[in-house]
Amino acid sequence: MFTIYNRRRLLNYFNLSASALAMLTGLLALGWILWTLLSFGFHGLSLNVFTQNTPPPGNSGGLLNAIVGSILMTVIGTLIGTPIGIMAGTYLAEFGQRGWLAPVTRFINDILLSAPSIIIGLFVYEVYVATSKHFSGWAGAFALALLVIPVVVRTTEDTLALIPDTLREAAAALGAPRWKIVTLVTWRAAKAGMMTGILLAVARISGETAPLLFTALNNQFWSSDMNAPMANLPVVIFQMAMSPYDDWHHLAWAGALLITGTVLILSIIARFLFKKEKISF
Amino acid sequence: MKNSLSEQRSERFALQDTLFINATRLFTFIVFALLLSIIISLIIGSLLSIKAFGFPFITSAVWNPVTQKFGALVPVVGTLVTSIIALLIGVPISFGIALFLTELSPNWLKRPLGIAIELLAGIPSIIYGMWGLFVFAPFFGDNIEPWLIDKLGPLPGIGFLFQGAPMGIGVLTAGLILAIMVIPFISAVMRDVFEIVPPLLKESAYGLGATTWEVVRHIVLPYARIGVVGSILLGLGRAMGETMAVTFVIGNSDDLSSSLLMPGNTISSTLANEFTEATRPLYLSALTELGLILFFITFIVLAISKLLLLQLGKQEGLES
Repeated sequence: MFTIYNRRRLLNYFNLSASALAMLTGLLALGWILWTLLSFGFHGLSLNVFTQNTPPPGNSGGLLNAIVGSILMTVIGTLIGTPIGIMAGTYLAEFGQRGWLAPVTRFINDILLSAPSIIIGLFVYEVYVATSKHFSGWAGAFALALLVIPVVVRTTEDTLALIPDTLREAAAALGAPRWKIVTLVTWRAAKAGMMTGILLAVARISGETAPLLFTALNNQFWSSDMNAPMANLPVVIFQMAMSPYDDWHHLAWAGALLITGTVLILSIIARFLFKKEKISF
Repeated sequence: MKNSLSEQRSERFALQDTLFINATRLFTFIVFALLLSIIISLIIGSLLSIKAFGFPFITSAVWNPVTQKFGALVPVVGTLVTSIIALLIGVPISFGIALFLTELSPNWLKRPLGIAIELLAGIPSIIYGMWGLFVFAPFFGDNIEPWLIDKLGPLPGIGFLFQGAPMGIGVLTAGLILAIMVIPFISAVMRDVFEIVPPLLKESAYGLGATTWEVVRHIVLPYARIGVVGSILLGLGRAMGETMAVTFVIGNSDDLSSSLLMPGNTISSTLANEFTEATRPLYLSALTELGLILFFITFIVLAISKLLLLQLGKQEGLES
């Protein structure tokens, strides 16, 4: 009855079922988290969230100043980080064939991509907050920029590597200098892929909390002064969720829904862009 | 003589090229220098604490801001224990998911399932934290922990891990949530390395009458061995640095406890909770030294992971 054949078959079925079960576990976790987020989030969502500032403890209010602060720092962080990332990624893909700089930087960049984001916050605290003696929106934006860079470097290099060399050779044969080949031919051909990278970077930083904790800190009031502590959604959510007040919990869930919605929508747009890119080749 | 138009042009182009290429090189150097500056600034920031406590900082379990005595043992142990729990649970599940996506799933299901698992990576860590604190921890404390205390607590050998009251929050809960968070990263890399196994090898094994499991066990795993280890280390690096989700559910206690159900602390949760409250220089410096230790450990783990995956890439390049 328990022949070798049967035993092998049984083992096969058992392990494959375990694999399917693992898949199911992953989906279950995702479903549970998203369902929690939607049911609590919509419960807390109201017009006040977008029109009023963060309330004092125990009161109701909105998230307006935090939303504005988050958008401001995300935009500035992206504007600082993207050019650095694109230039460095271009060097790695186009000019870095010789020398030690390109392979070493590629290696370091991959580590920075997975490095703890709280360390980036600590770094910005040491070099910027500690020297300027105050928490500020600028410090938050710098910390976010440092998180943008590795993402953009990586995607820029990967996309540029996909561009066929014949395009570059055709431009070179027409007498174009290398900077024109890169800016007018390869960058243009790789536009969708590079945009994808930038969107992914924005998606990543819009949900980041740890690097903002001791750079931008938080601000209970309306402030668009980048030199002062600045309210931002993730840190506000953190403080409200950890508080004992029910009103604050509702607001925290509404903010959580806003952040996750933004991140997921950005990722989906990014995916869509890149899919089109692949078809056009 | 450079009066001909084309000579002037080519000279101008050469100058522009030099400028452009050096500009890209400069920005590359900035990225390179970023890592060095992080290390140097963290070392400078922790000098005060290094001088005050020296090497015993890592082995001391005292963390007392009032008496200004600091030791890193509790957060370092917390970081390692939560990450190990995350790997013990996350790695088998990630392996199952990668296996399902590469060998079992029908083609039309691969893409949606892959996207669903990737979504797990897209959810911000603060959301995991809130879900953990408000939904998962109460569920875990009411339904699972009493059972663990009842059934595993009296066992000799491992019983000491499951003592105490079922509070929901604690080291084990933090490890479980970290497990969910590392699944998308580990399974994505595993899936990639499983896919580079040459179909010819797998087909030969199937041709000899091997079952799917035997092909995975004896062909895919040995071939992708290095990549699998690389993916696990990547997950370890991620788990150790994760901040917000852990801060919500670990309970933030500076006492060392042998039970996994008790509250604890990790390096990152200590930083997140105490950094803005630290007013005295020595306190700040001790926290910065914790950050330095965290960066040092994650750097080594991630570097080994990266080297292993690079080696796998080379191996594949040679054989194809």
